[in-house]
This record gives sequence, structure tokens and C-alpha cells, in this order.
Amino acid sequence: MKRLDALRAIYSFLEDRVVVTIMGAVAAELQSIGHRANFFYLQHAMGLASSMGLGIALTRPDRQVIVLDGDGSVLMNLGGLTTLARYRPRNLVHVVFDNESLLSVGGFPTATSTGTDLAAIAAAAGVRRTATARTLDEFRGAFDEAIAARDLTTIVAKVDAVGPSKYVTELSLLENRFAFQRYLAII
Amino acid sequence: MSPVSTIHSRLIYDALKACHIRLLSALPETWLVHLVRMADEDPEMTLVRLAKEEEGVGISAGAHLAGVKSAMLMQNHGFLASINGIVSCAQLYRIPLLMLVSYRGEFGERDPWQTEGGAVTEDLLRALRIPFSYLDHPDHVARRIAKAQTLALAANKPVALLLCRDLMWEEGG
Repeated sequence: MKRLDALRAIYSFLEDRVVVTIMGAVAAELQSIGHRANFFYLQHAMGLASSMGLGIALTRPDRQVIVLDGDGSVLMNLGGLTTLARYRPRNLVHVVFDNESLLSVGGFPTATSTGTDLAAIAAAAGVRRTATARTLDEFRGAFDEAIAARDLTTIVAKVDAVGPSKYVTELSLLENRFAFQRYLAII
Repeated sequence: MSPVSTIHSRLIYDALKACHIRLLSALPETWLVHLVRMADEDPEMTLVRLAKEEEGVGISAGAHLAGVKSAMLMQNHGFLASINGIVSCAQLYRIPLLMLVSYRGEFGERDPWQTEGGAVTEDLLRALRIPFSYLDHPDHVARRIAKAQTLALAANKPVALLLCRDLMWEEGG
């Protein structure tokens, strides 16, 4: 499964949801499909996208929050999974694109390439709903189920280690940040 | 009874409430026990107990963008552990971040393990260009917390208040 195809498969749902992504390929690919004011791209601070999503989900329980995370980022903040599980925001779906590598810095393999199972770690951290998807159909199914369940869910989507040709996009970080804040202020 | 001052903890907590803080993220340590308990018992406060302090930077950033005022409670070693998040999330994205940092390892510290962190805390805050002040006397607690938040919001940047032994600890020495 290609991450870009997985993003396309859920894009129509993301269109009017609060979305927080990590840096690198996820941010660039989602922007290539179409940026919206309700999408925030955390272009650094690896590991904290899920914490930002938690901060939004806890303070805006009326909104569905989708965090688009990655294996390298989750591995930098494994403790954050325990915090997510502890507060169990029912309005947060945590998607982890696992390409088993740090793609944007040259493709160095992460620990998921040697057997670390992030869905199992999330489950052991206390996240009650977890899934691993290896195909586009599995991913779409797991995502739809997570939304229907109205409960915190971590979905690990195993994706190919391929990404966009470049990571810097036209959208400035601060423009994105202030527009996203304004979006949250009016919804 | 813990020699951590309940009265002064209450002063700090009430000052945070007066600043409309509705979310506190915290990693408990000795000096923060009363503050964490007060947040836990307050139905108006969302208390997020962290596994590691850096998470709190992301949580506060999310809360801020969602329109909710928050603060972080941590030890200075937790500040040390949060530095990448402070720089790469809060400073890069211009997030006002109110950090209450218990200042362990300063004069009067008996725990040998706190002393190295105490010795570098202020230099690190200066190196990161984080405006900071001290909470060391009950008379200025409310004013300094309000002013710190005002600056954080005006500058869209992190600010720190160092919770000092003279305020937090009731035993002499």
C-alpha cells in the first residue's frame, strides 16, 4: 500500500475534520492532494503530533480529530501512547503510517523493520481499539470502523517506503498555524 | 505532613484559575503534589498526567490552537527533557506556553541528584531566550503569574516561572 493512496482513500472524510499530521512525506502528500485550513502539519518536534491531537481532542470534544502519525515519530514518543490511552479521547483516531524507515532523512530502517509492532505497543499501552492494515481495503475498513466506533483507535497502516520528490511545500509553517487556529475558533 | 506548602500551592493554583487556565499538564514531583491534587479535584480543570514532560508542550500547543488557556507543571529536569519540543513546536510555531518549573537544585537543596539540573536551569532558559521570573514570595505570586501569561500571549512564545524553595518548602534550610 502506498501512503498517498491511503490518504486519497480517506481524503473526503478528512475534508471537514480537524487533522494533525507529522512532518515529511505525510505532510507533503496530504498537501499534494489538497490543503485545507483544517489541516495542521507539525513540521518538526517529532513525536508531538499525537500530543497536539490529544490537546485538541480534550479541549474540543465536539470535534472529530484525526492524527496522521508515522513509525519514526511514534517511536520517539512511546510514552505518549500511554497518555492517549489514559485519557481515551473518544473523538480521536490515531493513524500511524508505518513504512519501517526514516524516509525523509535517507530511509534508515526503524525498529518496526526488525519486529517492533506499534499496534501491539498501543494495545499494551491501554488503547482498547487497535488495528493493523496491510492493504488499502483493510485500511479503509479499519478507518471507517474507527469512526463508527466513536472511540480512540490506533490504526497502524503498513505502507511502502516511498514518498514525494520534495518535502518543502509552498505553505509556510506560520501561515498554516494561524489559519488552523482561526478555523478552530469559528467551528 | 509534607513540608511542601499547601497555602502557597493554593495561591499559585488560584492565580492560574484567575488567568482562566483550564488545562494543566503535569508530571508530578514532590513540590508539585498539592498543585496536582488541586487540579485533580477541580471539575473546571482538565488535568493531563504525562509520561514525559515534552508531551505537555504538544498538548498545550493543541489546546492553544483550540482556544483554551493552559499551563505546564514540571520540575526543572522536566524542562530539560522538553527542550526539543519547546524549540521545535512552541517556539517554531509561536505558541504561548506558560511553564511553571519547580526549581530544584538551588541553594538549600539536600538531594544530590537535583544539583546538576539546578546549576544549568537559568543558563538554559537564557540560551533559549525564554523570558523567566521567580516565584519566591507569596506577595507576588498572583501578579507574576498574570504578567507571565500576558507576555506569553502578547509574544506568542514560551515563558517560565521558577517555583523556588522559599515559596514551596516550609522547612528551614
